[in-house]
Amino acid sequence: MKQEPKPAPGLDPDRVASLLLDAEGVTKAFNGVPALRHGVLRLRPGSVHALCGGNGAGKSTFLSILMGILQRDDGDIRVDGREVHFKNPRQALEAGISIITQELSPVKGMTVAENLYLGREPRALGCFVNHRRLNAMAAELLDRLGFRIQPTSLMSSLSLAEMQLVEIAKALTHDSRILIMDEPTSAIGQHETELLFKAVRQLRSIGAGIIYVTHRMTEIFELADDYTVFRDGAFVVSGAIREIDRRHLIRQIIGRDAASQFRTVASVKVNRKERPLLETRGYACGPKFGEVNLTLHPGEVVGIYGLLGSGRSEFLQALFGLETGVKGELRVNGERVRVRSPKDAMRQGMALVTEDRKASGLVLPLSVTENIAMSSLDRWSTAGFVRTRQEGQGVQEMVDKFKIRTASVQMPVQYMSGGNQQKVVLGRWLQTRPRLLLLDEPTRGIDEGAKQEIYRFMTEFTSAGGAIIMVSSEVDEVLGMSDRVLVFRRGFPCRESREGSLTREELVHLAA
Amino acid sequence: MITNTSNAALTAPSAGSESGQSLSRRQATMTYVHQYGIIVAFFLLCVGLSLSSEYFLTPKNIINVLRQTSINGILAIGMTLVILARGIDLSVGSVLALSGIVAASLATGETPQPAYVAIAAGLGVGLACGLVNGLVISRLSVPPFVATLGMLSVARGLTYIYSEGMPIPDLSQSFLWLGQGRIWQIPVPVIFLAATFIIFWVVLNKTVFGRYIYAVGGNERSARTAGIGTKKVLVAVYGLAGMLAGLGGLILTARTTAGLPQAGQSYELDAIAAVVIGGTSLNGGVGTIRGTLFGALIIGVINNGLDLLGVSSFYQQVVKGCIIVCAVLLDPARRSRD
Repeated sequence: MKQEPKPAPGLDPDRVASLLLDAEGVTKAFNGVPALRHGVLRLRPGSVHALCGGNGAGKSTFLSILMGILQRDDGDIRVDGREVHFKNPRQALEAGISIITQELSPVKGMTVAENLYLGREPRALGCFVNHRRLNAMAAELLDRLGFRIQPTSLMSSLSLAEMQLVEIAKALTHDSRILIMDEPTSAIGQHETELLFKAVRQLRSIGAGIIYVTHRMTEIFELADDYTVFRDGAFVVSGAIREIDRRHLIRQIIGRDAASQFRTVASVKVNRKERPLLETRGYACGPKFGEVNLTLHPGEVVGIYGLLGSGRSEFLQALFGLETGVKGELRVNGERVRVRSPKDAMRQGMALVTEDRKASGLVLPLSVTENIAMSSLDRWSTAGFVRTRQEGQGVQEMVDKFKIRTASVQMPVQYMSGGNQQKVVLGRWLQTRPRLLLLDEPTRGIDEGAKQEIYRFMTEFTSAGGAIIMVSSEVDEVLGMSDRVLVFRRGFPCRESREGSLTREELVHLAA
Repeated sequence: MITNTSNAALTAPSAGSESGQSLSRRQATMTYVHQYGIIVAFFLLCVGLSLSSEYFLTPKNIINVLRQTSINGILAIGMTLVILARGIDLSVGSVLALSGIVAASLATGETPQPAYVAIAAGLGVGLACGLVNGLVISRLSVPPFVATLGMLSVARGLTYIYSEGMPIPDLSQSFLWLGQGRIWQIPVPVIFLAATFIIFWVVLNKTVFGRYIYAVGGNERSARTAGIGTKKVLVAVYGLAGMLAGLGGLILTARTTAGLPQAGQSYELDAIAAVVIGGTSLNGGVGTIRGTLFGALIIGVINNGLDLLGVSSFYQQVVKGCIIVCAVLLDPARRSRD
């Protein structure tokens, strides 16, 4: 990729260019149902452009068209001033458009270098891979980008964030000038995020245009130059980030003013003299995490903050009986208990919302009903037969409570938006009548509106005497929702803080 | 690679309020087409065959088709449970033979055991083999393909050891009734198929256990996190598949009037074919037992029809193979998944 000098004004009047990408009036309907009514995006070279919108806003459809995965029904898309019609992703790639998504698909058994040049390896004698040259090329590229990754490491040995960096490097090997990043930070921690941002800024400095999709406002304001908002399948507004503030951007995205963001801690009274709901003493699990001493009272929210691999998720998994080799003492309601399986944990009134709802939360091909009922069937059955009426009522109760938007409760959950899926998971657990909620990244990848509803639910749950342990990599969320914050670093809780006594900077610093 | 990442996430249009509704309606239509498409295909096939051969629609031939379908149908019902739980059972043909031989050895000789003893033994052998499959798969984490491939060989070997490689003829009349008897003109094997179908339809659609099978097959990790005893479910599923293979063995032995050590070879493939034609996803969690029944019936009708039309059995295999692949190709659910 070569340096793209800013064209002097009036130098090249014919080129509508100076725009890397110019999409106007793009539409797409599925079986007559419009998914995208009016897609507009103007991407300048050397800029990061935040594409914002709730779930169902049409972002995904728009990006799919851009990538040649779907074909548009109408509208213009120009790349470098040239009208394009991509029939498949390969053509888009050849035109210099790459995408990096949350769901990566590297060949895990191959090395970094092999992944970078997959299908375009330097050859020796026409059929053998010239590994020395391959590794040298990869090393040179990674070095230039400042990524500290060994070209000869196996992909499977990398962290998710490192894999993402490799994907970025790979996009560069294609000489991509337009890079689409779809929620690239949803699975990585603060430290990795900073690495990623550095890489993005570097790409920007060499003239690439980056379309950045995220639900995280903080990132948009930290990274982006421009923004474009879609809502209900149509373009709403675009402009420069420095000319809008967070509140107004959220209002554009959800179409109304966001209500009070986080939980108002003062609204929930925590009585620390009361018997604690949960206590851990010397609670440890092999190399994953060690010596957690935590006391949790009814009405409390304890936030856990830490980087990926810091043992934060494993701690929740262990509490819920999903880890083996757990040592130490666990007390629920003052009584010492052993939790060896999720079933044991449920008996103790626990519920776990995992960080990856698709991989370990939902059963995607099954319906809303089946997913919600799954953990309550013992209660909703007689002699092994499901009592469908009782089940239906229980499910409907949750659909109403969480305002789960679905045409039918018989619809498979795989076709729902992230926010609705998360509500299905919450609904399932709420029906088991838990007292202790373990939430692992409860708002990852869901839109602003659904986030607010989940925050409200958390407040309501604690007001009713429940307690919550919440793992989150979003600093604002951790600070805004928790009574106390526990910071995990490399498997050890390194600091516990009272509410309000920790700043953003301290938190990030402690975890790194 | 970059081009192909998460197409699913991108192509599935996000469900907003209105588009979500229509999407689900479309989904519902597709499910509908899919569920009933197989039945329509079956009846079209029957109409076509009845036009080509006047003998096809005679009661005698219909009963014949049903009887020929019964064993594969029963095996396929067990296979449906296994495939719904995202597994595969390659051992049913061998387990069928082992059960048949053991039952035959009890139902023969000067003083044969009563039929119910032979039947219980046959079912028990099948169940035991299935439970071993289930335990090896769930407790030792051996992939189902490998575990049941092992059982395929072990059970076949045990069959030859037990029978010393010889057929076991001269079975008691009461045992032979299983394969040759009739109740109100309906052959007993057909009645067994019907009963098996009804029982397992109820299990899959009405019971907690049935729900758990779908959940475990759809996503084992999620099911486990939801508090489902996934290992127990898997053991039960393979146990039941083994027991149904045992039932198939009893019927086949009674129909051929002898326990044959080489019986049931490659039966597992026909059973898998019926399940696949019936629309059950090999990825687990999606499928119906009604689909499997019609899948088995389609295979039965094709075999019978091609016989009636005088097509050699060599060609029949080619036709069956093509139909299996086409059934999966035409599966609309599969397309939306890609």
